[in-house]
Amino acid sequence: MSERLKTEICGIKMNTPILAASGTFGFGEEFADFVDLEKLGGVMVKCITLKPRAGNKGVRITETPAGMLNCIGLENPGVEKFLIEILPRIKNKMNVIVNISGSSVEDYGELAKLLNVDGVAAIELNISCPNVKDGGIIFGTNPKAAAEVTSTAKKFTSKPVIVKLSPNVTDITEIARSVESAGADCISLINTLMGMEININTWKPTLGNITGGLSGGAVKPVAVRMVYQVAQAVKVPVIGMGGICTAADAIEFFLAGASAVAVGTANFANPAVTMEIANDLENYLASRNLNLREIIGQVKI
Amino acid sequence: MLKIFDTEIISNAEVSANIFKLEVAAPELSQIAKAGQFVQVKVSDEFTLRRPLGIASAKNGMVKIFYRVIGKGTEILSTKKTGEHLNILGALGNGFDTNISGRILLVGGGMGLAPLLSVAEKIEADVLMGGKNKSEVDFWIKEFRAEVDRIYITTDDGSFGSLGFVTSLLPEVLEYDNYAAIYTCGPEIMMRSVYKIAEENNLPCYVSLERRMACGLGACLSCSIDTASGRKKVCKDGPIFEARAVFS
Repeated sequence: MSERLKTEICGIKMNTPILAASGTFGFGEEFADFVDLEKLGGVMVKCITLKPRAGNKGVRITETPAGMLNCIGLENPGVEKFLIEILPRIKNKMNVIVNISGSSVEDYGELAKLLNVDGVAAIELNISCPNVKDGGIIFGTNPKAAAEVTSTAKKFTSKPVIVKLSPNVTDITEIARSVESAGADCISLINTLMGMEININTWKPTLGNITGGLSGGAVKPVAVRMVYQVAQAVKVPVIGMGGICTAADAIEFFLAGASAVAVGTANFANPAVTMEIANDLENYLASRNLNLREIIGQVKI
Repeated sequence: MLKIFDTEIISNAEVSANIFKLEVAAPELSQIAKAGQFVQVKVSDEFTLRRPLGIASAKNGMVKIFYRVIGKGTEILSTKKTGEHLNILGALGNGFDTNISGRILLVGGGMGLAPLLSVAEKIEADVLMGGKNKSEVDFWIKEFRAEVDRIYITTDDGSFGSLGFVTSLLPEVLEYDNYAAIYTCGPEIMMRSVYKIAEENNLPCYVSLERRMACGLGACLSCSIDTASGRKKVCKDGPIFEARAVFS
């Protein structure tokens, strides 16, 4: 594996700065036929909650111009099944970053504690899922609540805590500063933008949950802007995501200030896309005789 | 092992109003594909997602797919010409059991006949097919003729075969032979009725389900369903399920 792409974030050694975003990559193993999982910086596995969740009813996805809306609703087997059945299967194959969500501050603390085990590289606090009523985003749109969730999680784990921010806020830097001062080791952004589609024949919303989260190429400029703003506002490393489909997209995020990037929706259309991005990124850097560190945050203003 | 294949279009022609038959040269895919599996077709770079389509036939280095033009994706797919290349991910899903002993009755409605054709070319079977009218069953008859012994037909308007739905004719068809099982695909309401009749006749019944899906790999969870044995993903645990597990 190339030295040029190797990096380290919050003590997590990564062979490349390309990660897979939560909710788009299952538990990693679904992509084993297409991806050398060790070559990824990490897999942010599907969001885990204390109890199993069935997710939302009705239509859960619809394609939109240059993107898609989803309202899966955090379907997952619950933390117990994750720890007993899934983690042992995947822990030696990749950097496992566990995305967690709760409906109370205490939930995040308990999840952080339960996941403070061998095989978990870091936890990512999902305070930004727009598709469930009882949690997630209510913490992500209020700087005080976001800080409280962060400090509680920090109290119960020795793992690095990554906080995943919602773009559905007026000032992203306010939340970013707030979670940084509460002890966040790293900030990842963006989660999906809240959206909606209406069927003009039935006059009903396409999605079963009425609204959903917009992802894919359409959200990339919003994500680049927010990564740029947050990277200016905080000192902790930033993992950038939102609409990355190619190495060129990823390079924009690095220039904006991301130390690593995660690929999400693009995995659906091309399950090998993360490997292609890693290779193309390496070529970009090699042809300019640069290493990764030399482009991070180097946008010329 | 799943793979992404670069295939060449051999033909892509309208066989009935808005229904297309697509044939691609895909030697490896045609060898590994099991009856009832599906593929994810990349229609165009302009789309974020692939389009899941059932495999209707996989033999002699060729893969055959039938699709109805219902949205922008299938509309663009319908304009593809012979010689153009198509990027296909497959083969996905579990597929029908083709090691079963005895004769199978295939019961299909409309586009649901596509996966059943892939069964017919592998094992001994008869087919009971239903469609809106003569034009929507004619091309299926041509496809199935070489693969099955007997073809039973119903049309909604009575323009060909028996007037009515497949479920009206099914009890009668079951009297003609000792079928080992029923494999069915079509509108869900039809499959539920087929399942009911299968239960009454103590016949195993397997259904092929259809759901919206993004990845086809079991990652996006768009196609989750409840079954008698818990949550399942139509793309990975299915699309073939024992009817009892999903309809009772």
